[in-house]
Amino acid sequence: MTAANVAEPAVSAGREPVLAVRDLVKHFPVRSRGLIRRRVGDVHAVCGVSFDLFGNETLGLVGESGCGKTTTGRLLLNLIKATSGEVRYDGRNLVDLSPSQMRPLRRDLQIVFQDPFASLDPRMTINEIVAEPLQIHGLYGSRTQGRDKVRELLRMVGLNPEHGNRYAHEFSGGQRQRIGIARALALRPKALVLDEPVSALDVSIQAGVINLLEDLQDELGLSYLFISHDLSVVRHIADRVAVMYLGRIVEIAEKEQLFTKAAHPYTQALISAIPLPDPRKERSRQRITLTGDVPSPVDPPSGCRFRSRCPKFANELTDAERQKCVDEVPALIDRGQGHASACHYAEALKLV
Amino acid sequence: MSEIRASSVTPGTPQPTSPTGAAEREFTVKERSQFQQAVRRFLRHRLAVASLVVFILIVLLAFVGPLLWKYTYTDITPDNSQPPSLAHPFGTDSLGHDGFAQVLRGLQQSVKVALCIALVASTLGVVWGGISGYYKGLADSVLMRFADLVLTIPAIALAAALGSTGGGTWWMIALILGGLSAPLVARAVRGVVLSLREQEFVEAARALGASDTRIILRHLVPNAFAVVIVYATLLVASGILAETALSYIGFGVHSPDTSLGLLISQAQSAVQTRPWLFYFPGLFIILIALTVNFIGDGLRDALDPRQTRQRR
Amino acid sequence: MTAEINIQSGRKAGDGAAVLEVENLTVEFPTEDGVVQAVRGVSYRLAPGEAMGIVGESGSGKSVTSMAIMGLLPKTARISGSVRFRGEELLGRSENEYAAVRGKKIAMIFQDPLTSLNPVYTVGRQIAEAILAHNDVSKKAAMDRAVELLATVGIPFPEQRANNYPHEMSGGMRQRVVIAIAMANDPDVIIADEPTTALDVTVQAQVLEALEAARAATGAALVLITHDLGVIAGHADRICVMYAGKLVEKGTVDQVFYEPRMPYTLGLLGSLPRLDEGGRERLTPIVGSPPSLMNLPPGCPFTPRCPLAQPVCEEREPDLYATDAPAHLSACHFHEKLVGVSAAQLFRPTSVDTEGVTPRDLEVQQ
Repeated sequence: MTAANVAEPAVSAGREPVLAVRDLVKHFPVRSRGLIRRRVGDVHAVCGVSFDLFGNETLGLVGESGCGKTTTGRLLLNLIKATSGEVRYDGRNLVDLSPSQMRPLRRDLQIVFQDPFASLDPRMTINEIVAEPLQIHGLYGSRTQGRDKVRELLRMVGLNPEHGNRYAHEFSGGQRQRIGIARALALRPKALVLDEPVSALDVSIQAGVINLLEDLQDELGLSYLFISHDLSVVRHIADRVAVMYLGRIVEIAEKEQLFTKAAHPYTQALISAIPLPDPRKERSRQRITLTGDVPSPVDPPSGCRFRSRCPKFANELTDAERQKCVDEVPALIDRGQGHASACHYAEALKLV
Repeated sequence: MSEIRASSVTPGTPQPTSPTGAAEREFTVKERSQFQQAVRRFLRHRLAVASLVVFILIVLLAFVGPLLWKYTYTDITPDNSQPPSLAHPFGTDSLGHDGFAQVLRGLQQSVKVALCIALVASTLGVVWGGISGYYKGLADSVLMRFADLVLTIPAIALAAALGSTGGGTWWMIALILGGLSAPLVARAVRGVVLSLREQEFVEAARALGASDTRIILRHLVPNAFAVVIVYATLLVASGILAETALSYIGFGVHSPDTSLGLLISQAQSAVQTRPWLFYFPGLFIILIALTVNFIGDGLRDALDPRQTRQRR
Repeated sequence: MTAEINIQSGRKAGDGAAVLEVENLTVEFPTEDGVVQAVRGVSYRLAPGEAMGIVGESGSGKSVTSMAIMGLLPKTARISGSVRFRGEELLGRSENEYAAVRGKKIAMIFQDPLTSLNPVYTVGRQIAEAILAHNDVSKKAAMDRAVELLATVGIPFPEQRANNYPHEMSGGMRQRVVIAIAMANDPDVIIADEPTTALDVTVQAQVLEALEAARAATGAALVLITHDLGVIAGHADRICVMYAGKLVEKGTVDQVFYEPRMPYTLGLLGSLPRLDEGGRERLTPIVGSPPSLMNLPPGCPFTPRCPLAQPVCEEREPDLYATDAPAHLSACHFHEKLVGVSAAQLFRPTSVDTEGVTPRDLEVQQ
């Protein structure tokens, strides 16, 4: 397992990361049913993930459902306890901190959730929701100061502050997502974890929220960890992209690198599977279709976790080459494509 | 927090020239608006409003009525076994007790017992279920198994046994019945809290650095309130009935004191000959049970900001 | 509407009968608060073997249209217009008469495969049941055919998989079983309503491949309903864009994707982030939000969100007009103005919440 945990690629050298994640592991226990719930196994949700998040950059974290991207986001904020590994922020390892030690740091690290309907308390008005972080951290000030801050935040996310007395259910999905963003921005964070922030929205609404996130980043110098399953959105908004599969990062690169020189077979399959809203390109595209389903994270394949679905493993490799995939976890290193990928037989491929 | 950028000004609505003035107005509206909105929503629920009026009248009657009425419940009048008349609106019993005075006293006792049961059961139940649901794990297992155990105890039998040795004071009965009903509330609250604590808005609060106390008081309790209200009103209704049942079988309130249940029990032999002794207390039992249920209905809807539908 | 029908029949006159003809289909739902006009006069013709996409955002009426065609709407719905399958009217049929067509001639695939599969039977048996319902064959033959169908839709080890229950399969696999059931009776039309929305992209690719395989095997025409313009681009010949219960643009995929003539279509395309374009150009959201389908005002329902809107748009709802290309129709009074116009030229790349405003408000502000 240690072989996969390599430091950040050379691209990032010289800059000091805002968040440095090293070797992050999270196993969820699987328990038997009944009164005495024995631990019968572990869900290997996140297995040795390492990356850096730099100032004022957007790191896209993409993968399909169950790949551990959401868990990674929660681990970063210490919302769930990591099994092992490090999340370094401001010289401290967040994984070791208690909730009360963590509290002051929450001002700097915030999260926007996927579901705009579940992430706002239905019994609070918008003013109360946005004021809550200020009150928790004693920043609300006097009533006049507090209400001005809330109004300013609502204006900042493009909402009409006059509507602050309304409840969340009176707003549409896009508006609610803006409220969630305002709440996250209230503490003036340095880094935001954006957990599928636009996945639940219709396209015409989604575009406005994406524009907003870009504006806010430019003006406030935020760093984003943008978690998404939608590669098109990630290509639009991210500076660098990390691709996850079954709890591991399989490829990480500057955006252009990744989309034009995808080296890992999974990244290639993912890119080629996204339909383009362009009939001519769509007709002439090369498709890499995967077979089978994602294996259970309770009992992931040995060696390379992707090998059970890998078209390269199935069609191109010799038996001797395959043995390496079965025995050895591929390290996340540059194998001559200009960026790191976790495939023993990485080959760059342009798919869009 | 400075003005961020031009485009962040919300279009479509003219920006107020004096933001502070507007803020003042807006937030003073807000201060009362939560409560006012709830009141407004409650007032829309006509049946609930009517029930509330009736219930308040009943309570007034129970506690103020005896002070004003010419007879007390212990007075023995020279008229016995009289049907309802101007002098005795609810008639009299065979000993000459004034029916109206007796019903007033019975009402008072029954209402006290019922409200007390509801209060004890819902307070205990909220804490019990809240801890169980929020902390999960071992605490949950222990508390819930204990709740199961308590629920197996036949409430009436225990109240009868303890109530008769303890002298049958009304608060004794109320405490016992309340305590035995608490697991019902606890189970319901636990279920709600269990699902609420997994909601993203609770996780969001945690991500903002909110303490457990804040999460419980600001997020979980208000959201679980609807369930508690429903249970509390059901408990008032069932409390009235439980007291009635206990007194009816002779383990509740003892003579010379009286309650609605006791009155009915005493009148059962006379249903044919002196029906007024039976039907007046019965009418009040039904009235209380019904109105409390409707009030609960109205409250639940009023406290839910998502409830926008007009109700009749 | 007449203009459209003329053009359609003119074009189709040569290739004989359409397999499915929908004419002026209207669906209304009476509710406590008023009548919801979910579908307002939808007309289209589906040629044999052709693949047509219907695209629209949530609430545009695209699903209701197909439910109406399949006779699956609740009894409270008021349906009018005409739906003809090979010239035979379907609307107004009894449940039994409908059942003869449904599944046999027209098959439907829903978004959530779990709701269309019975959890207590094996998938093989469910496919066989579908075959037995419309064909007089032995159980054994039906089971063999079921295994064959599973193989067609790309399920590995079909013999073993046929004995699985739905819950033992993944979402993508289940959806492929639904496709196998849909093709079991060699239908003439397959209606797929958001068949891949709940699925991951790599699985979506597998399911779409299965759908193509099903079409190839049965020669059925396909109505593909989705909100994903990418899926339509790759899997449809023609496309209908739906907005507020009406078709607002129709044409071949190339026409509609490269030369949209309806501002709404242009706006949709402009608000899409593109996988094939690397830059961080601003996206152009469509301001405002879709109208309520209750008490629609007269005029074009897109008017409040439309940067081209003129007074006439508020007064008269445009028909589907013919544009410069044949069979490319647009429901916009000013479709000529869109020739050669890009989304960025027409829509503003704003980031504010625009769901309660109109384009004019934006201009005033900026």
